[in-house]
Amino acid sequence: MHLVAIYLAGLLFGLGISISGMVNPAKTLNFFDVAGGWDASLAVVMVTALAVAAGGYRLVLRRSAPLFAPRFQLPTARAIDARLVLGAGLFGIGWGMSGFCPGASLPALGTGRVEVFAFTGALVAGMFTARWLMRLNATRAATVSA
Amino acid sequence: MIETTFTPVSAALGGAMIGLATVLLLALRGNVFGATGILAGFLSPSSSSDWAWRAALMAGLVCGPLAHFALLGEMPPVEVPVAPWMVLVGGFLVGLGVTFGAGCTSGHGICGLARGARRSIVATATFMLTTALTVYAVRHVFGGL
Repeated sequence: MHLVAIYLAGLLFGLGISISGMVNPAKTLNFFDVAGGWDASLAVVMVTALAVAAGGYRLVLRRSAPLFAPRFQLPTARAIDARLVLGAGLFGIGWGMSGFCPGASLPALGTGRVEVFAFTGALVAGMFTARWLMRLNATRAATVSA
Repeated sequence: MIETTFTPVSAALGGAMIGLATVLLLALRGNVFGATGILAGFLSPSSSSDWAWRAALMAGLVCGPLAHFALLGEMPPVEVPVAPWMVLVGGFLVGLGVTFGAGCTSGHGICGLARGARRSIVATATFMLTTALTVYAVRHVFGGL
């Protein structure tokens, strides 16, 4: 029952990405091309989603716990550091090159298009490489301080 | 470049669905709806029950275009206006960036901003800027690649 409800939340997100046209890299990229054929749809998607999420979060967080878990698990990191800015900057370069972001590429897999599978494969490779680099860095820091 | 048209009604409708889905996940499971975090936890889960809800959520995501087809009788268009190598290199950079930056458009741009998280405001401003600069460079400096 709990997993069916979560499946439906995923389906609603995927349908929203699909209906809004955000599965289409051409549409996403045209939002960022102010100097070309500008398509403002992405801004409407983000502002609407943000407004609904902000209102809904406020209501849900009044409760002491979610329905199917003992407590809320909100991100706890607070630091605004070089890793955050560098990571976000790199993400944007990749998004601008490919036209896909993770939240759009996962639903887009359902269209069966080979480009989406290529993007998602490269995305996963990049995620594992970043984790490996972060582990390497942590090991090196530990060795230096020892 | 492939021309697309401004579609405010379907954009607002889809955006409302996306926002509602993030609220549902928070109400059901207590998690933010960040595609990066969900995918990372799906690939390396901390326990089998942790994997199960992520798998259910991912299954729902992938079925989105099929629900679109069921409702509207056609699949959504997926037009890729860039060369295959740009999809691959772009995908790899997205994977690096979202892991270092701990989030993407959904995690920082929607859920993080909805919570008023300062990290997400900085991250969203940064990636929106570098995406725009990259698209400008690709299309108007390098002539489309």
